[in-house]
Amino acid sequence: MKLPVKMTINGQSVSHEVEPRFLLVHYIRETVGLTGTHVGCDTSQCGACTITLNGQAVKSCTLFTVQADGANIMTIEGLAKDGELHPIQQGFWEKHGLQCGFCTPGMIMLAVQMLERYPKPSEEVIRHQLEGNLCRCTGYHNIVKAIEWAADKMAAAK
Amino acid sequence: MAVTEDRLFGKSIKRREDPRFITGQGRYVDDLKLPGMTYAAFVRSPHAHARIKGIDTTAAKAHPGVVAVFTGKDMTGVNSLPCGWDLRKEKGIPGVVQDLAMVPHMPLTSDVARHVGDPVAVVIADSQSAATDAAEKVNVTWEPLPAVTATDKAEKGPKIHDVPTGNVAFKWALGDAAATDAAFKTGGAVTVKKRIVNQRLVANAMEPRACVARYEDATGELTLWVTSQNPHVHRLLMCAFVLGIPEHKVRVIAPDVGGGFGSKIFLYNEEVVCSWASRKIKRPIRWTASRREAYMTDAHGRDHVTDAEIALSKEGKILGLRVKTTANLGAYLSTFAPAVPTFLYGTLLNGVYAIGAIHVDVTGVFTNTTAVDAYRGAGRPEACYVLERMVDAGAAALKMDPAELRRKNFIPKFSGAFNTLVAVTYDSGDYAGALDKLMQVFDYKKFRAEQAEARTQGRLLGVGFSTYIEACSIAPSKVVGALGAGAGLYESGTVRVHPTGMVTVYTGSHSHGQGHETTFAQLVADDLGIPMEQVEVIHGDTGQIAFGMGTYGSRSASVGGTAIKMSLNKIKEKGKLIAAHLLEASPKDIEYVKGQFQVKGVPAKAVPFGAVSLTAYVPHNYPEGLEPGLDETSFYDPSNFCFPFGAHACVVEVEPETGKVNVVKYVAVDDVGNVINPMIVDGMVHGGIAQGVGQALWEGAVYDNDSGQLMTGSMMDYAMPKADMLPAYVTDRTVTPTPVNPLGVKGAGETGTIASTPAVVNAVVDALAGLGVDHIDAMPLTAERVWKTIQAAKAGK
Ligand code: FES
Ligand code: FES
Repeated sequence: MKLPVKMTINGQSVSHEVEPRFLLVHYIRETVGLTGTHVGCDTSQCGACTITLNGQAVKSCTLFTVQADGANIMTIEGLAKDGELHPIQQGFWEKHGLQCGFCTPGMIMLAVQMLERYPKPSEEVIRHQLEGNLCRCTGYHNIVKAIEWAADKMAAAK
Repeated sequence: MAVTEDRLFGKSIKRREDPRFITGQGRYVDDLKLPGMTYAAFVRSPHAHARIKGIDTTAAKAHPGVVAVFTGKDMTGVNSLPCGWDLRKEKGIPGVVQDLAMVPHMPLTSDVARHVGDPVAVVIADSQSAATDAAEKVNVTWEPLPAVTATDKAEKGPKIHDVPTGNVAFKWALGDAAATDAAFKTGGAVTVKKRIVNQRLVANAMEPRACVARYEDATGELTLWVTSQNPHVHRLLMCAFVLGIPEHKVRVIAPDVGGGFGSKIFLYNEEVVCSWASRKIKRPIRWTASRREAYMTDAHGRDHVTDAEIALSKEGKILGLRVKTTANLGAYLSTFAPAVPTFLYGTLLNGVYAIGAIHVDVTGVFTNTTAVDAYRGAGRPEACYVLERMVDAGAAALKMDPAELRRKNFIPKFSGAFNTLVAVTYDSGDYAGALDKLMQVFDYKKFRAEQAEARTQGRLLGVGFSTYIEACSIAPSKVVGALGAGAGLYESGTVRVHPTGMVTVYTGSHSHGQGHETTFAQLVADDLGIPMEQVEVIHGDTGQIAFGMGTYGSRSASVGGTAIKMSLNKIKEKGKLIAAHLLEASPKDIEYVKGQFQVKGVPAKAVPFGAVSLTAYVPHNYPEGLEPGLDETSFYDPSNFCFPFGAHACVVEVEPETGKVNVVKYVAVDDVGNVINPMIVDGMVHGGIAQGVGQALWEGAVYDNDSGQLMTGSMMDYAMPKADMLPAYVTDRTVTPTPVNPLGVKGAGETGTIASTPAVVNAVVDALAGLGVDHIDAMPLTAERVWKTIQAAKAGK
């Protein structure tokens, strides 16, 4: 059995028929072909699959595609506008917030919502907010610095 | 080579690979989609040990969308996955007490499954869901057999392979047993004996292993995209040993790879099966491990049980060290497994200390667990942990300050050669210098005062040190060959200068997070005095790169970088001949300075790099007899290992009521020789520290010895370090260049992991010292374990 779904991803409207059990992350990666969103686990621990759904950072491996019917989704591919990097992307680059890059899209998408909630987060807040996203390369040190850098940059732009 | 301000060498340059990663345009194996692609799902043993009585694939084959189902019996003519390290007396391998039992490891096992997750069949279908569903329909009739998973129970456990030596895979020893016995009998010697368990870990690269195999019938070519740290090694092992297919018809590509930490060095069952099957079905096949599969099948790390003894004089001089280790190899011999608990372990037990005598005894055992092989540090963290724990235990026995005891025993500053008692020769070191620097950065006196104050309030603060050494820049081929390696460990580097002066560098090193595209471009641009934008770095493709041994053992900059440097020298030498011709000067009067060939001391009489490269490709006005082109390849085989070192300090606070350990502060002073990109090196140190702290406090792959089940088979069960469990790190360095290679670089990829585990454990023991605790024999130091330790200490046990 397949069900129709329709949603907006990075400003583009997409519609397909999918199996009800088909996970949103697989829909994004395999059906829509946006492979920047990654799969790092099967138990909702790693956060490599983080996207924003109606403005909320969510783990796209933890939703069925059909649950996202009608949603407005942004993935890492939709974050830079007109070739201009988002300050969080810039922060990760400036502060060496990534090594292998596999956790990075999820980290960045999580940080998008983090800085909406906490525009000037302390180190403690950042570390706490990062708790649902795993990185094996950086030891988190420079991810924290990257988000701090972006927060400063975004505050200055306001 | 001096590192100065105006050079690219030594600068923290932002990584050029980052734009693709931060915009979601990295290209990892699982991102690949090919026309006609099929998907694989493996059927795996749910038992730790079981005989296969039969496999019925009828229902699976009938499942809609299924293209093929194969079992081990179908794979005729396919050989065992090879183990590339042989430990046999007749080969003259030093230290062998009992020959290694070379047991077979078939890509799909057809007689007996020997660990949970051992693959027995593969289902290939038009979609991943069809493959996964159909795999459920493969009906295997199992006869469960008794199993053993615990390291210290292996020898007496049920036999796993049909070999006369049972579960003892090998026995090996190094050092001077008689001298060590004598050292322990020295009059007045204080001796301490401890059980030290270095638990099993899982590498947990965030990208699970994956492969795409595509066979093209028309050309007979097979392309394998695989999560590999060494694509040429994958190709060689697969062609020469397992599948017997022609190497020149196989191309292995390791594109963007999401971390490795050792686990992606090895040739695994799945990529072999997919490559073989793609030739059968003549369609591309993709397989990506689920995290659950990754836990069951990625080579694990560590898993040693050690009894160690140290003898010290009353004054605190280390007289002797005696180490007996049982190393769990798992059910099969992974690619480099026998090297890890032997030559990468025993040879590091000298540490940074002048020790009277050393002897180490290692027994490798088979168990019904996932194969164990190199995980970040590989053998060196285990050695460092034993030594640094024993040094602390010795200091406690002598009631001596642990930093002071270390200082008393340091090998004095040297450059050139220090012969250890365990077969290796160090390259250069200033061990006291690193500790001095650490003490400056970390105010030790002040800390001890704070600690004493805290104790009066019932708070448990502790500091732990680790003055480590490691062997990297792996490795001189002759040396490793004499020690049992089946391979050479050189590296290749090609510098191709295009007619316009643009440069493409082809390196046999592979980056899976290390940032080679930046570092190597920096190295080349610095050397040639051209802008970095003119340099492109290509890696990870056997179709483009001459050969490569890949990246592990902190070898990329020192071995891979040096190969590139050698090619740069050849380019400049040839360029001088061309320039001399153009300038009508003698080649010996030409020098290369900042992007131009010039007559020595006369910058006005010069030809720019780009003019020389153009002439090389348009050789109208050209030296007689000189070949056109400007394209050089070099293979660099190091003359020795390099030995980075340093001093780390960790401060912890233990919650007395719960036993929870909080890492309060972490200071690392590392000496990795010259540094090409400090930002990248610091990043690697950070990540290494996190993994080492993870081992000390949280991580551990746990098997239930009765059922043989892996209890930590998901990220829900295996405790990965998270951001809020770790502090910000303070990093600093001293610089003692290595004389081994012309770049003076040693290697930085593993130092953090090697140094940090003992620093953390030493800190916890120090925090509990007031309660009479001088050792905790097993890790991780979870709240439960520490709480029990506190309770036992309070009860006077
Ligand atoms: S893939 Fe790991 S949380 Fe979604
Ligand atoms: S950068 Fe590799 S997992 Fe985070």
